[in-house]
Amino acid sequence: MIKRIAAAIVGIGVAGGVGFLAYAWYPAIAPVAPPPPSTFTAAQIERGRVLAAGGYCAECHTRTDGVRGVELAGDYKMDTPFGAIFSSNITPDPETGIGHWSEAAFKRAMRKGISRDGTQLFPAFPFDHFTHMTDQDIDDVYAFLMTRAPVHSVKRDNTVGFPFNIRLEQAGWKLLFLHEGPLKYNQQQDAAWNRGAYLAEGLSHCSACHTPRNLMGAEKASAPYDGAPVDNWIAPPLNEHNPTPVVWTEDEYFKYLRFGSAPLHGSAAGPMSPVVHGGLSEMPEADVHAIAHYLAQIDHASTRVSQDPKALAWAMNASMKDLVGPQVNPNAKLYAGACAACHANAGPQPVEGRPDLALNNALWLDEPTNLFQVILRGIGTTEGISTVSMPSFYHSFSDADLARLATYLRATRTTLPPWTDLEKKAADVRKTLPTPPVASSH
Amino acid sequence: MTTFRLNGRDVTVDVPDDTPLLWVIRDEVGLTGTKFGCGIGMCGACTIHIGGRATRSCVTPVSAAEGADITTIEGIDPEGNHPVQQAWREIQVPQCGYCQSGQIMQAVSLLKDYPSPTDEEIDAVMAGSLCRCMTYVRIREAIKKAAANARGDASNG
Repeated sequence: MIKRIAAAIVGIGVAGGVGFLAYAWYPAIAPVAPPPPSTFTAAQIERGRVLAAGGYCAECHTRTDGVRGVELAGDYKMDTPFGAIFSSNITPDPETGIGHWSEAAFKRAMRKGISRDGTQLFPAFPFDHFTHMTDQDIDDVYAFLMTRAPVHSVKRDNTVGFPFNIRLEQAGWKLLFLHEGPLKYNQQQDAAWNRGAYLAEGLSHCSACHTPRNLMGAEKASAPYDGAPVDNWIAPPLNEHNPTPVVWTEDEYFKYLRFGSAPLHGSAAGPMSPVVHGGLSEMPEADVHAIAHYLAQIDHASTRVSQDPKALAWAMNASMKDLVGPQVNPNAKLYAGACAACHANAGPQPVEGRPDLALNNALWLDEPTNLFQVILRGIGTTEGISTVSMPSFYHSFSDADLARLATYLRATRTTLPPWTDLEKKAADVRKTLPTPPVASSH
Repeated sequence: MTTFRLNGRDVTVDVPDDTPLLWVIRDEVGLTGTKFGCGIGMCGACTIHIGGRATRSCVTPVSAAEGADITTIEGIDPEGNHPVQQAWREIQVPQCGYCQSGQIMQAVSLLKDYPSPTDEEIDAVMAGSLCRCMTYVRIREAIKKAAANARGDASNG
């Protein structure tokens, strides 16, 4: 009897295993000769260019650590809890890129996360979002990529350790977390919302950074848009847990995503800067409006916006704190000397181009990461509000100075509990900066 | 290579990306009106305008100015007759003068944001511009004078 039960269990196990393998196994798609540019129309290539910008292909397929790689030639280092993953070359180089990929192979990769040769791709490549894209959009991106100059470039090897380096496991991951195919049109919502959902959930994959991930590296279905750490920054919550005093309304989202700065929240720094300036700024304005429209529903802006005038008045009052008359608090003096010339605001609302810190995301998040990043790096003219820049205080401030500033700002420009362990956190952020952005002036 | 506009003309410099913009302006381009004070963005002597906004050039890496429209003290008026410069002369603000180009650049920027600034607004915005000769009282007076002149007031009230 026991033997028969054991045999049955083994039998079921084997059958399950065979079934799983059948599910997990994909054939290679035969290599094709790289399609000549004449295969595609100029209009299609241009549509593909805009879509590739809106999907930020170049952001994760261009090396940035150590040396700057050729755009789209891959080897971008993505640090994950499982190890470093280096992105692939998506220029049409036959040997090292996707030159031999047919349109069908490209579509399968975008929809199912399967490489041309049949191997499973890691979900660092956000195929769980691209799967929602239309045939036409995927074809257009293909047309754009296949008409780039081929670049011969071999990526570095991933450092993902055992057992996560077994690619076959990705099939199980997909069974659990991949919802393949188009999003359902939501009849309860208007066309702009549905367009925004298509872009935010598909092509532009907002939640890939703004939703925390579970132990298997998948976005937590229970906490969509709850914010998450990414690339040594924090991608803030985009839902009602976003802590800023003034709500992210559709208008604020639009200005931020289109121009790199929301007057009542701050500017697009760090990893968000290329999302705006290399990505969404290339999209049709109506599409950026649609994303803003969609996101403003995710954070329930309309139900919370009535609190804004009070919050704004509070922030504007806080903005001028400690800046008038003699000061004995050394932290206040540090702020007045280094920051207030550009950040202090008087009157009913901030002056355009003077980002107010009492309204700024960085001060209201649970951790000071983004605040330290911005102070240490500064923000160049190609980031944030393009045309203006913020200096780098990398050499000006010690970690103790940064801790003092953060303590002071958190206490006087927010209503939240103090941050802890700031000096160490400042040192940790400083360590993540590859090279000091400004040579010592002395 | 970094390219930007400086006082209305295109400038391209071939220096390491982390070179402070102040060094580029003074040593590469040769405009020495902008001064080196503390080198850590805490005194205001090196203040210039990037995109019309006062910016400490000593802690701005040149790479952060790619494509920027930059104005220095030499560029706010071809004859040195910007309303703020005129007010500065009328009030005889400078003593040793070293910090003054930074003070003027910060003041011009202040008046764009707050055309009729209160004492509080002047204090808040000018706090990062230090003057060892203690000309602060005259700086404040000159800022108000420039604001009044711009409004067309008969007196500086």
